[in-house]
Amino acid sequence: MNIHTTPQRTPAETALIDAFSDRLSLLPGDGTVMLKRDDAIEAIKSGLPTRRIESWHYTDLRRLLASVPDFDPAAAAKAIAPIVEGSAVLPVLNGVSSTKLPTVDGVAVQRLSEKLTDGSAAPGLDPYGTDDAIGALNTAFVADGYFVDISDGTELDKPIELQNLQAGGQTHVRLGVRVGAGAKAVIVERQAGEGAALVSSVSQLLLGEGADVTWLIVQEQPDTATHLAQFKAHLGKNAKLTLFVMNAGGKLVRQEIVVKTTGEGADFTLRGINLLAGDTHTDVTMVLDHAVPHTASTEVIRNVVTGKARGIFQGRINVHQYAQKTNAKMACNTLLLSDDGEFSTKPELEIFADDVVCGHGATVTEIDHSHLFYLMARGIDEKTARGLLVKAFVAEVIEELDDEAIVEALEARLDGWFVAHG
Amino acid sequence: MLEIKNLHARIVDDGTEIIRGLNLTVKAGEVAAIMGPNGSGKSTLSYILAGREDYEVTEGDILYNGQSILEMDPAERATSGIFLAFQYPMEIPGVATMEFLKVAMNEQRKARGEEPLKIPEFLKRVKDAAASLNMDMAMLKRPLNVGFSGGEKKRAEILQMKLLEPNLCVLDETDSGLDIDALKIVSDGVNALRSPDRAIVIITHYQRLLQHIEPDTVHVLYRGQVIKSGDKSLALDLEANGYAGVIGQAA
Repeated sequence: MNIHTTPQRTPAETALIDAFSDRLSLLPGDGTVMLKRDDAIEAIKSGLPTRRIESWHYTDLRRLLASVPDFDPAAAAKAIAPIVEGSAVLPVLNGVSSTKLPTVDGVAVQRLSEKLTDGSAAPGLDPYGTDDAIGALNTAFVADGYFVDISDGTELDKPIELQNLQAGGQTHVRLGVRVGAGAKAVIVERQAGEGAALVSSVSQLLLGEGADVTWLIVQEQPDTATHLAQFKAHLGKNAKLTLFVMNAGGKLVRQEIVVKTTGEGADFTLRGINLLAGDTHTDVTMVLDHAVPHTASTEVIRNVVTGKARGIFQGRINVHQYAQKTNAKMACNTLLLSDDGEFSTKPELEIFADDVVCGHGATVTEIDHSHLFYLMARGIDEKTARGLLVKAFVAEVIEELDDEAIVEALEARLDGWFVAHG
Repeated sequence: MLEIKNLHARIVDDGTEIIRGLNLTVKAGEVAAIMGPNGSGKSTLSYILAGREDYEVTEGDILYNGQSILEMDPAERATSGIFLAFQYPMEIPGVATMEFLKVAMNEQRKARGEEPLKIPEFLKRVKDAAASLNMDMAMLKRPLNVGFSGGEKKRAEILQMKLLEPNLCVLDETDSGLDIDALKIVSDGVNALRSPDRAIVIITHYQRLLQHIEPDTVHVLYRGQVIKSGDKSLALDLEANGYAGVIGQAA
């Protein structure tokens, strides 16, 4: 005989479970999709993750997610200009994809609602691991997004910008991209909006042999929004992925990055900047699997922390037993500008192969006073000089991207943040 | 232009007194050399003039054009016309040299109530100054001083000095790390800035630089005090006989 004790549900858990009953009839999906939604809501019924779950140790979602807004189908999200002029923009406004889309040679775009309805999106809805709360939330409620297919050998000369723009309420969006063999593309993922929304967004990227992709996540939610996001990628043979993540907003933010190298010669670069102000709680959690031999990765995260902001970077690198000759390097550097801010870093290396090079390092610093003196000694007032130095600290990571249009676009976002928070 | 009166100063961290009753006057149009053995307080004096917070003035005053500068922060001193060419210029990764020059020049113009420079005019000034110092513009596309050789850093300091057009120039060991050719170029750069309404203070350990930049006055600094002043012949005397003689006389 079993005695079940159901823990008391939080208001947020109750609201999500109730919302699922209300929304069910409106959600697209064939039988398989709907079964996966059922599994997902069951996972939520067993409770949101707490600090007792290791991967959520620094972000106790059950406690931090105090309430959940209602869905607001009438909310009007506004499209925004892409960060790089001339980009092909695929907007998702308040959780709904557009019927009018730009055409790009070699690129096929489908609305995700269609792929949910016909069931072809079902395989991607499976959770990863046992504590995939963001995956579950998204699978339960996802109604739309895009699936983008870049055909073999296509080289795009302008970025594709996927915009997920909220206007309050809840939005749950999925963005899938398949990049064919030898194809080359820059993809921008914009996460922004104007409301006190709950957003879940899952991006899935599949890189074919020799594909070369730069993916930029630019998250600029308002300081009232909860943003729960996941980026998942599989890198085939000799594929190259440069992922750049910029977090510059949001009240409660968790950005998960789940990357697996599945082909020899795959190369993964992660560069991230977290600009944390006010009382944001921003968590970037990466799980990287080197699953085959001869793959390489480097991760550099730079954080600027002001006000009462709290930041987290968890970087887990699993080197599988068979994955010899793996080369992995990870660094997390934080510039702490206030006494009340904090940043936690947890690197984890799990290495089962014996012929690998893996390393990690973390630093927390304040502004270098000799640098500040040098700039001031040239007549630059203290506030401006500090701004230059803080910007320099993060700009170094941006400049590595080596594409002038992208560097300029990101520096413009950076300047915008400094104007608002400097 | 510069009047230092009975200056006493110490290191904030450990309270060590470095400057112990220093007096010095430098007039407009004058080139003054400050010489002295290692540890006499030469570099400390330059940092105190520029307003570095690691040092604390405990007694005396520094007057610049008749006004005390002790309450001014480094930026205010710089915009009022004081310039320090650093012995060891900082490497600042991530700050583009050109961006830095533009911000510095425009901040100083702003403080003087002038309009910011238009981009073509700014570029022209930088190009002209760089050419006169035999500097490659490609160098200025790098982050500030990053990867510059010792000599390149010193040239970059003089470049900044030319562009900012200060009234009081303090050069701290500008000759160290320079080969003969670079020394000539840098000296020519400094000489070009000599003018009746500008004072130049050259801090140096050796007489070598003074062969190229001829000083009007020479002052010997020892244990935080000026123990002897004279004309350029004093520098030659020091070169020939070392500091021991002068120190002996003072003691």
